[in-house]
Amino acid sequence: MAVSFMHRIIGPRVESDELAQHKLRYRTPGVLLLFARVLLLVSLFLPYWHMELQAPQYPSGLHMTAYINSLAGDVAEIDGLNHYIGMRSLQEAAALERTIGVYMMIACVILIELASFVHSRWAVLLTLPVVFFPLVFLLDLHLWMRHFGLNLDPAAPLSSSIKPFVPTALGEGGIGQFRTIASMGAGLWLAIAASVTIIVALYFHRRAYLPLVRARASAAAS
Amino acid sequence: MLIKRGHTRRETPRRALLVTAIGLIAALAGQTSAQSMRDVEAVAKERGLSTADLMAAAKTFMPSGELDEYLMFASGGHAGQVFVVGLPSMRLLRSIAVFTPESWQGWGFGVGNEILEEGFPNDKANLWGDTHHPALSETAGDYDGQFLFINDKINARVAVIDLRDWETKQIVKNPLTLSDHGGTFVTPNTEYVIEGGQYAVPWGSKYVPISEYKEEYHGSVTLWKFDRDRGRIDESKSFAIELPPYWQDLSDAGKLASDGYLFMNSLNTELATGGIQDGKPPFEAGASRNATDFMHIIDWHKAEKVYQAGKVEQIEGFPVITLATAIEEGLLHVTPEPRSPHGVDVAPKGDFIVVSGKLDPHVTIYSMQKIKDAISSRSFSGRDPYGIPILDFDSVVETQIELGLGPLHTQFGPDGYAYTSLYLDSAVARWTMGGSYGAGTPEPDWTLVNKTPVHYNVGHIAVAEGDTVSPDGRYLVSLNKWAVDRFIQTGPLLPQNLQLLDIADQGTTMPVIYDSPMGVGEPHYAQIIKADKLNSWAVYPQVGWDPQTQNIDPMAPKPGMERVQRNSDGSVDIFMTAIRSHFNPEHIYLKQGDKVRWRITNTERALDATHGFAVPMYNITASLEPGESVVIEFVADTPGTFPFYCSEFCSALHLEMMGYLMVEPN
Repeated sequence: MAVSFMHRIIGPRVESDELAQHKLRYRTPGVLLLFARVLLLVSLFLPYWHMELQAPQYPSGLHMTAYINSLAGDVAEIDGLNHYIGMRSLQEAAALERTIGVYMMIACVILIELASFVHSRWAVLLTLPVVFFPLVFLLDLHLWMRHFGLNLDPAAPLSSSIKPFVPTALGEGGIGQFRTIASMGAGLWLAIAASVTIIVALYFHRRAYLPLVRARASAAAS
Repeated sequence: MLIKRGHTRRETPRRALLVTAIGLIAALAGQTSAQSMRDVEAVAKERGLSTADLMAAAKTFMPSGELDEYLMFASGGHAGQVFVVGLPSMRLLRSIAVFTPESWQGWGFGVGNEILEEGFPNDKANLWGDTHHPALSETAGDYDGQFLFINDKINARVAVIDLRDWETKQIVKNPLTLSDHGGTFVTPNTEYVIEGGQYAVPWGSKYVPISEYKEEYHGSVTLWKFDRDRGRIDESKSFAIELPPYWQDLSDAGKLASDGYLFMNSLNTELATGGIQDGKPPFEAGASRNATDFMHIIDWHKAEKVYQAGKVEQIEGFPVITLATAIEEGLLHVTPEPRSPHGVDVAPKGDFIVVSGKLDPHVTIYSMQKIKDAISSRSFSGRDPYGIPILDFDSVVETQIELGLGPLHTQFGPDGYAYTSLYLDSAVARWTMGGSYGAGTPEPDWTLVNKTPVHYNVGHIAVAEGDTVSPDGRYLVSLNKWAVDRFIQTGPLLPQNLQLLDIADQGTTMPVIYDSPMGVGEPHYAQIIKADKLNSWAVYPQVGWDPQTQNIDPMAPKPGMERVQRNSDGSVDIFMTAIRSHFNPEHIYLKQGDKVRWRITNTERALDATHGFAVPMYNITASLEPGESVVIEFVADTPGTFPFYCSEFCSALHLEMMGYLMVEPN
């Protein structure tokens, strides 16, 4: 029973003469999934998100960059300014996500690795975390910013003049004399490219293996 | 030409340049508004500006945010500081406190006190200086932008400024004398910082009646060894050479062709001792009696070997090569020079030495080759009263050029021109060099080309990198002693007038293009360095930086570790941080008589986020630049309640950046 369940999950194997005849058809999904994995691994080294703060007294602006596992740029200066409005230190934001981010990403890469051996619809399930990863990242970012912006220390120096607000996770926003410009970084773009690549891979996956699955099902039925 | 007034020369290239400049102004103005050249003309007409005036403005005006190309480090005279001016805008950028406490920089009010104390000539707090001659550190005879040295004439001291953070790091007191003027100058790789004494005194300035002047009063030159890695003068490797009490004056170090030599003027070879109160000739007459004084020629390579061989006498605890040893070792010669000279300036290739006679209308140009030949062939015209061999004047002089009245100091351009200030003529002279420089100028060799009037009584001049092996030329600053009518009245004390001359063109054109009042001190000499040669820090490299060690202070207060710590010996350590807009801690309780070490770290990393720290009644003020950590030591001897605060406007809540020091009475 368990063996046949595993069989159903892994899906049909391709006969060697069939593989030889239709190399492109069966190789395409695997190659695309490999490409997605490379994109994700490269993205680990690239910034996922930028925020620029512009104000008259900072002629070259303040810059903050989020990587999967760290924050870089003028974090200390932004924290210093944020204390006036009672915002917590940025280092406290998404601390868990930044601690486990790299491991989660490696786990995702392994899931895709596995998916390339699965020739059934279950492959979709294995790729889902990666496909939705960019969305989850942005949602998490938004929720943190919302949480930080709405939970200002009421005893802060400027709490009487700056009301709680939700900082913008993407696009332009403003607070006090600052104009903020938040944008996606190269890493996030690569993760999105990985998602798209996976969706395309799944299309070719379905085109290659669905006939085999159906053939096996009809053989089993007859 | 749009503007009819003025005295623009009818030379086509200049007209073309002017049209271009005005066109440029019009184009730039047109970009931002509807202003046109017509409006510029209207303003010029209303203000009575000539084309030359507009040209000068176009060459010097710095639009907001544009940066100067050169930095001029000028001495501050009896302000005891250094002033830094940007060129061509001539804007005073900042001062650097050296020998005189300065409260904006928090120098000498809790911070820097140990350095000031290092330089006290005795146990009295001598809290001012008379800075004359700044010297930028050099590598291969060219400014390297790392350090600046400056002398103090009043107490014979030399200070070292680190140009990473523009702060004074060291003051050394010369133990032999109380007067220096022949410094500071550096040898081509800053091996030594030279400090030549001026008014002769008995060793250590001990009491000796002036009747014993000839025997007991001495001149000297001190070679301070510079340790570049430590950024400090190494007093243990420094030495002096005894000289006759001739009032040695300005000096310069040889380079290239004259590498290894020092040249020093003197102004009282008459050994005049004054005495106007007794009806004797005053110094001004007595010291000017002879037609010539002596230029000293010192072989410092040889002197270094003599010192290292231990052929020195310890005087006032300092190694001195005595006059007898210097003569015996052949490292000291003199040669006649026109009387009471001021500047002795070595040409870029080191092959000529230019002496200005002050009371003689000529500059006298000595040839290094001829000097070397005279030394090796022992072509002496005699010996001075102390036995120093005198090189025959005629055998070492290349030529003399009549420039005008009161020649003082010479600087050099890149193209074979030399420039000399004429004090009495109130002018700057341009003249051509000969020898291998001659090809650079269209005029014949060794001739006066032009004089530009300056306002008034010019002392030193400074050409961009004009005393290095590769002068830049282009700009010349005339450091004028008197301003007279150049500025609006400022009471009976008038500012100095630093005038900028454009010397980019060859020939007779070198107009004054800017007047810059210096109402903060009296700059004597200045050096002008290309700004991109400096590697200044924008903020201190790390939080907790100790500018004295140029490293992290392990005891620097850290965020989260702020505290008041009462030690077992009864002393108190305060660990405080400063960040916009609070000190932490804000309440400090002390007991009367507590010995306090108040440590503060400015934890800011933002450019310009400087905090001040000021305590009333305790005479304490500090400037805490981003990252800097300081320690202020004092005894809490005055009981009371003291609001301390940030004295540098740091933020919107700057006024709230304060705390209370409460000293409980016994």
